[in-house]
Amino acid sequence: MGLGEHLAILPILLPLLATGGMLFLHERQYKIKSAISLLVVGAVLVVDWMLLLRGTQDTTVYFLGNWPAPFGIVLVADLLSATMLVLAGTLGFCTLLFSLARWDRAGPRFHGLFLLLLMGVNGAFLTGDLFNLFVFFEVLLASSYGLALHGSGSPRVRSGLHYIGINLMASSLFLIGASLIYGAAGTLNMADIALRMDTLAPEDKGIFDTGVTVLGLAFLIKVGMWPLGFWLPATYSAAGAPVAAVFAILSKVGVYAVLRMSALLSVSEVGLSGFFSKWLFAGGIATILYGCVMALSARSFSRVACACVFMSSGTLLCTLSIGTHKVLAGGLYYMMISTLSIGAFFLLIELLNRVRGTNAAVLAEPVFTDEYQDPFEDGEFDEAQGVVVIPAAVALLSGGFLICAILLAGLPPMAGFIGKFAMMTGTLAEKGADSRSAWIFVGFLAFSSLATMVAIVRIGIEALWVPKDEPTPRVAPVEFISIAGLLAVCIVMTVMSGWVMDRMDTMAIFLYDVTHYIHAVLNTTGVPLPLEEVQP
Amino acid sequence: MELVLAIGMGVLTASGVWLVLRPRTFQVIMGLSLLSYAVNLFIFSMGRLRVGAPAVLNGAEDMAASYTDPLPQALVLTAIVIGFAMTALFLVVLLTARGLTGTDHVDGQENEP
Repeated sequence: MGLGEHLAILPILLPLLATGGMLFLHERQYKIKSAISLLVVGAVLVVDWMLLLRGTQDTTVYFLGNWPAPFGIVLVADLLSATMLVLAGTLGFCTLLFSLARWDRAGPRFHGLFLLLLMGVNGAFLTGDLFNLFVFFEVLLASSYGLALHGSGSPRVRSGLHYIGINLMASSLFLIGASLIYGAAGTLNMADIALRMDTLAPEDKGIFDTGVTVLGLAFLIKVGMWPLGFWLPATYSAAGAPVAAVFAILSKVGVYAVLRMSALLSVSEVGLSGFFSKWLFAGGIATILYGCVMALSARSFSRVACACVFMSSGTLLCTLSIGTHKVLAGGLYYMMISTLSIGAFFLLIELLNRVRGTNAAVLAEPVFTDEYQDPFEDGEFDEAQGVVVIPAAVALLSGGFLICAILLAGLPPMAGFIGKFAMMTGTLAEKGADSRSAWIFVGFLAFSSLATMVAIVRIGIEALWVPKDEPTPRVAPVEFISIAGLLAVCIVMTVMSGWVMDRMDTMAIFLYDVTHYIHAVLNTTGVPLPLEEVQP
Repeated sequence: MELVLAIGMGVLTASGVWLVLRPRTFQVIMGLSLLSYAVNLFIFSMGRLRVGAPAVLNGAEDMAASYTDPLPQALVLTAIVIGFAMTALFLVVLLTARGLTGTDHVDGQENEP
């Protein structure tokens, strides 16, 4: 069998192997390390694309150790998983590129942690098994703890402490939910769970519903739904720029998990979907409102960016709760755009703060002197390497900022508008023009655009137009290239929006076609054993 | 048996939650540990309680019903390992926070009375 059949495991395996290999390299050999991680993330991105192109025809199911599905562990790369993989790979590649200018040397083992984070994210998107979802969540969380603390310093450690504590609690909830579901359904394979939903004994039904709710709670903490998301701004604004940018995908992992679960549970009529989606909708609206208030009261860039994360999460929760495929297609399109543009915004923030001259605590003293080898013992630490002073730096930054602002606020020429418009029309077409909840959603969507615009414009004027007599910021070319890459993907998605929306539509229909998923996982057999081939 | 286990988990969870909500980092980590013990016991109980039954198959004549469910045990093992690593990591961050802020309060500063 060729490499093609092992494609689905490569996004997990490649980063893991590369991280293992990096343990043999000294911290001073950062050039080799950066080359390896760029190569690996690029390769993973290529694999993601191959899976996506394959996923349009059929769902790829990979049986680990060739055990059949409900007993062994499976990786399932359907259209949604593959799209999420491409999103994660794109964001990961660009942020990695950005970090090469200086951030990867702000502390030890950046590249290893970064690759492990991508491995966890990819695994969470690919797995078809509830317990492995937990394991991959832990992998991505463990490396995110390391990355949140990357660069050290008192604010990072303080917010990292809260972040770790809250996520450990969330992991406990995850385990409780998963084991409740196992106790009721007797399986952890997602397809098998969906299959057994209808044949549950009535006394197990309550246990199952409780399990799903507790599990949902654990996911929603990751998403940052309103009462559960107060940890998010502190962590994201304290983290270094590329770390915060790549964290933009973490909340989307939570969204993906909620989406996958709700799609699989929608197979049963007796499910708690009505109850669940009502709460999801209320939570989503509350999250959008919280994001709006936060954006309008924000006095720093990172607070605005965190508010954008909240608005994006809230909007997605609402689209999930409405759940019909037209709305969902718009929501998924919006998710891609908002993730990439929030990532680009976090990267821009750091450069803009450099313009503002408020780059406080970017690089702090290492905590463990014995652990840490300063690669710049003879030189200036704060100086980015290979810097060319671009006279037009501020102009380029302003251009990037403008595109980013239009994307985030959802103004007409750019993709943010297309996504929001698709969601609005989808909702109104589905629920009818006299539905109260539809108008609430449309209203809040419009209001969140306004709030984002007001906040970004106000803070942008202060940063870019208020005259200051500070020297021109020094920006390395890779930093420009990475931001330009993220924004270019958004622009390409704008130009090709018809084609992309068609794909999203297919994906949304596919997603709720649960029988297809179940069939792909449970009725496909793995590779036939060699013994059987020999027999006539 | 069920009652003892339920009371044990309840006490562990209650003390864990109380400790997690306390202001000192050491209390938080103790609370998290107690919570993870309770969760591990809970995963066990979801495989249904059986006393004196072996965990692995050893003969053809036995019915599957006469064994304890082996899957929760595998899950607990994984959960223990992960929980152990995370507790160790939290401990390191706790000590670092103590060193950097000079206090063991979770917010890095004492509440002014």
